[in-house]
Amino acid sequence: MSQSRPPSAHSLGLVGCHVCHQVCHNSSTLVRPACPRCGARLHPRKPDSVMRCWALLLTAVILFIPANILPVMRTVSLLHSGDSNILGGVLQLWAMGSLDLALLVFTASILVPLLKFFSLAWLLLERYHRKGLEYRRKRGKLFRLVEAMGYWSMLDVFVVALLAGAIQLGSLARIEPLPGIIWFGLVVVLTMLASMSFDPRLLWDDYKESR
Amino acid sequence: MTATSGLIICEHCDSVYRRKSLKKGEKARCQLCGAVLYRQSRLTPESVLALSLTGLVLLIFANSWPVFAIDMQGIHSSVTLWGAISACWQQGARLVSVLLGFTLLAAPLLQCLALAWMCGFAYTGRRAPALGDLSRLLHALHPWSMVEVWMLGVFVAIVKLYSMFEVHWEAGLWSFAALMLVVTLLASWDINQLWDDLPEPQP
Repeated sequence: MSQSRPPSAHSLGLVGCHVCHQVCHNSSTLVRPACPRCGARLHPRKPDSVMRCWALLLTAVILFIPANILPVMRTVSLLHSGDSNILGGVLQLWAMGSLDLALLVFTASILVPLLKFFSLAWLLLERYHRKGLEYRRKRGKLFRLVEAMGYWSMLDVFVVALLAGAIQLGSLARIEPLPGIIWFGLVVVLTMLASMSFDPRLLWDDYKESR
Repeated sequence: MTATSGLIICEHCDSVYRRKSLKKGEKARCQLCGAVLYRQSRLTPESVLALSLTGLVLLIFANSWPVFAIDMQGIHSSVTLWGAISACWQQGARLVSVLLGFTLLAAPLLQCLALAWMCGFAYTGRRAPALGDLSRLLHALHPWSMVEVWMLGVFVAIVKLYSMFEVHWEAGLWSFAALMLVVTLLASWDINQLWDDLPEPQP
């Protein structure tokens, strides 16, 4: 395809509002430029995008370890009591015969966070290489996917809270949340903040028409 | 900062385009990166007003009734969103309580209230006071509203309890399901048309 690149806002001295999409002339003399229409802060690129994204991403990766090793809930009943972690919960669903739900929880709790870690790290590193149009489009798509799927990982946090709320039968049966679930919730929040701080325009900034 | 009109910038690759008017249900995509630039919703401000008021009523219903109940040898127990929040708080998982309260209660509530306010004024043909502040609030809340994940969580929790207890679905479940549909519809609505459609308030 020999279509020409549409002009970039940066090259025209324009900046768009993230909130209301108002297009403004960029006057760099102002200290804290704000959108004249809705008052949101304006910046041609998200500030310190790469550093912030790396910092949040690495913190999330580190916390992902205790989130998966530590138990997320304790089941106490007359017959038995025991702790289980995220993977234990998946295996329990499997053992109960609901393979589909086990796969679903495994995807939301383990696969999605891992995919987010690798995708964001890859986007942060790979944007220096492979500068063809198709590669860039694919990277853009990957980023939008990461943004869209991130919050489904909160599934396990909600499940533990629901079980803890439902099973409060004193000494007969009880389910308690354990610290693992707190770390897990933090990981989800951090990965969401990481993908929010990534500026997808960085994937296109050095793109010149190849023809 | 001076505003220009009639232009749109792609949030994903910084390309600049001239806005064209779309038919209902259509969306404009960026030629370069393929991201959605803007869309013309099928919803009018009046229907968004109606939906957000419905959302507020559903929020009350969803929180007044349990989502499910269990029975085991004559013992009955049920769980509401608030019950899950307080159980986690009492047992030390306070961050989990805060996450639940924010993503399932505060975020949907503020979304419905802000949209009802904006579209209530639009209904009378005026631009709502604090439209800018509220747009920024909605923009910030958008990723943190998680009613659909909660619905899936309820389903998983019911399956987990099914082997040990008799589990009954309660009215709160249907209220949350309806709320999920309403919030999803509301989140897909582009509030920016309110800026273009309505005149600036006269001081």
